[in-house]
Amino acid sequence: MVFEARAQLLDADDIARIIRRVSHEILERNKGWDDLALVGVRTRGVFLARRLARTIEEIEGGSVYVGELDVSLYRDDVAIRRASKVGVTQIDFDVNDKKVVIVDDVLFTGRTTRAAMDALMDFGRPAVVQLAVLIDRGHREVPIRADYVGKNLPTSGNEKVKVSLTEIDGTDMVEVGEELER
Amino acid sequence: MREVRGNRRDLLSISSLEKDEIINLLNSARSFAEVSTRSVKKVPALRGKTIVNLFMEPSTRTRMSFELAAKRLSADVVNFSSSTSSLSKGESLKDTAKTIVAMGVDAVVVRHGSAGAPQMMTAWVDCPVINAGDGMHEHPTQALLDLFTIRELLGRLEGLKVAIVGDIDHSRVARSNIHALRKVGAEVLLVAPQSLIPQDIRRMGVEVTGALDEALGWCDVLYLLRIQLERVNESRFPSLREYTLLYGLTEARWFELDPKPLVMHPGPMNRGVEIDSRVADEVESVITGQVAAGVALRMAVLYDLLGGSRG
Repeated sequence: MVFEARAQLLDADDIARIIRRVSHEILERNKGWDDLALVGVRTRGVFLARRLARTIEEIEGGSVYVGELDVSLYRDDVAIRRASKVGVTQIDFDVNDKKVVIVDDVLFTGRTTRAAMDALMDFGRPAVVQLAVLIDRGHREVPIRADYVGKNLPTSGNEKVKVSLTEIDGTDMVEVGEELER
Repeated sequence: MREVRGNRRDLLSISSLEKDEIINLLNSARSFAEVSTRSVKKVPALRGKTIVNLFMEPSTRTRMSFELAAKRLSADVVNFSSSTSSLSKGESLKDTAKTIVAMGVDAVVVRHGSAGAPQMMTAWVDCPVINAGDGMHEHPTQALLDLFTIRELLGRLEGLKVAIVGDIDHSRVARSNIHALRKVGAEVLLVAPQSLIPQDIRRMGVEVTGALDEALGWCDVLYLLRIQLERVNESRFPSLREYTLLYGLTEARWFELDPKPLVMHPGPMNRGVEIDSRVADEVESVITGQVAAGVALRMAVLYDLLGGSRG
C-alpha cells in the first residue's frame, strides 16, 4: 500500500499554532497545571503530548507529567487485523486523582481511544480523563468525542489522513490522500 | 519451527527460526516485561483464548512460567500433566490431543520426554503448538529467554563469546541455545568431557574444548548446564566429584577470574556439582532474572502466535 497525497492541510506553522492554542485550552479548562498529566498514544501522540507539555510549562511554569501508552494489547480487533509491533508503555507517575489528557494524532473510529482509556485505567483511577487530538476526521464507531481538537476535517471513509512530525518523519505537516494498491 | 500452515503457526524449534524472527520476539518481550512491573499485571490481549499446558514430564518453572504468561494476557489456562491424567490409564498422546481439540482450545504448550512429540502434535490438533521441551531435541523458549537476559544485561548479542559447560549431549537447552546464539552472531565454545559431547556437533559452527580454565579466560558469558544426576549411572563420567573438579565453577576458579563473565544457568542448580554454593549465591540475581525474563518472553511468543500478527 502506498500513500498518495492529494492535498496538504496543515504545515509546520499551522501545527505550531494549534499546539499553542490547545495548550492554552487545556490550562483554561483545568484551571492551571496542578495534577495535570499528558499521556500520548504511540507513536505520534507521544510527540504531540511532549510538545503540549513543553508549551504548557513555558506558559505557566510548573511541570506536567508525561506518559506513553501502547494500546496494541487492548485493541478489540487483534483477531481481524495484522497486529503492529507492541511498543513499550511508560507511565512513571501515579495516575490516581490526576487530570489525565490522552493525546493522539488522528481521531477516527474512536476505537484506539477506547483502548487507550482501558490501558490507562489499569494504572489507577484518574480524577478526570480528557482527549486531545490534532485531527478529528469523523466516522465514529463508538460514543467518544474529543475535548480539544486541532482541526476538524470531514473526510470520506476511504480517504487517508497522514500526519508527519519532525521527531519521527523529519517534517511537520498533515496531508489527506488515498492508499493505493501497488 | 514457526511453520505457516494456512493461517496457523507453531513454535517447535529454534533451528527453523530466522534471525529477524528471533530479534522481533526479543524486542516485543521487552514491552511485555513492563506489564509484569505494573500493579495490575494483566492486559486483555488474549481475552477469550484458551491455552492448554500439556506436560508429560515434570516441570515447575517452565509450566508456571507459561501459565503466568497466559494469565497476564488474560487467556484461560488448563493444566494437564501426565501423572494426574488419563495418560496414566494408558491413553495415547494422540487420543489426548484429539480430546483437547474437541474441547476447543486455541493453543497447546507441550513438554514431552520424546524428541519430536510437539511436531507430531501438529498433525493432530488444529491450533498452534508450542514446544516447551521435547526429549533431547529442543527447548526454544528457554533459549529465547536466555538471549533476552544476555541482551538486557550486556547490551548486545552479536560478537559475544559464550561458553556452554556441561552435559551437551543430553541437553535440549544447549541445543536450542547453540542454534539461537549462532543465528544472532555470537561465538559459542562448548566445554565438557568428550563423553558428553555429540560427535558431529562442530557442524553447528561451534568450537569444543575439554579445558574449563581455557574457556573461563575467553568468555563473556558462562552458561552452566545442570548435570542430570540420573545420568551419572550411565558411566559417561567417573564420578560427580571428578566432574566438579574438572568442570565445576568452584570458588577457587571464580575468585581468580577478573573480569568475571556473566554466569547463567537454566535451573534448578545442583549446588556443589556444576557450581559452588557460595558462587551460586553471588550470581543468583542473574539466574532469577532469567526466570522473570521467561514470563515476558513467553507472553511475547503467545501473543505472536495467538494475537493478531498473522497475515
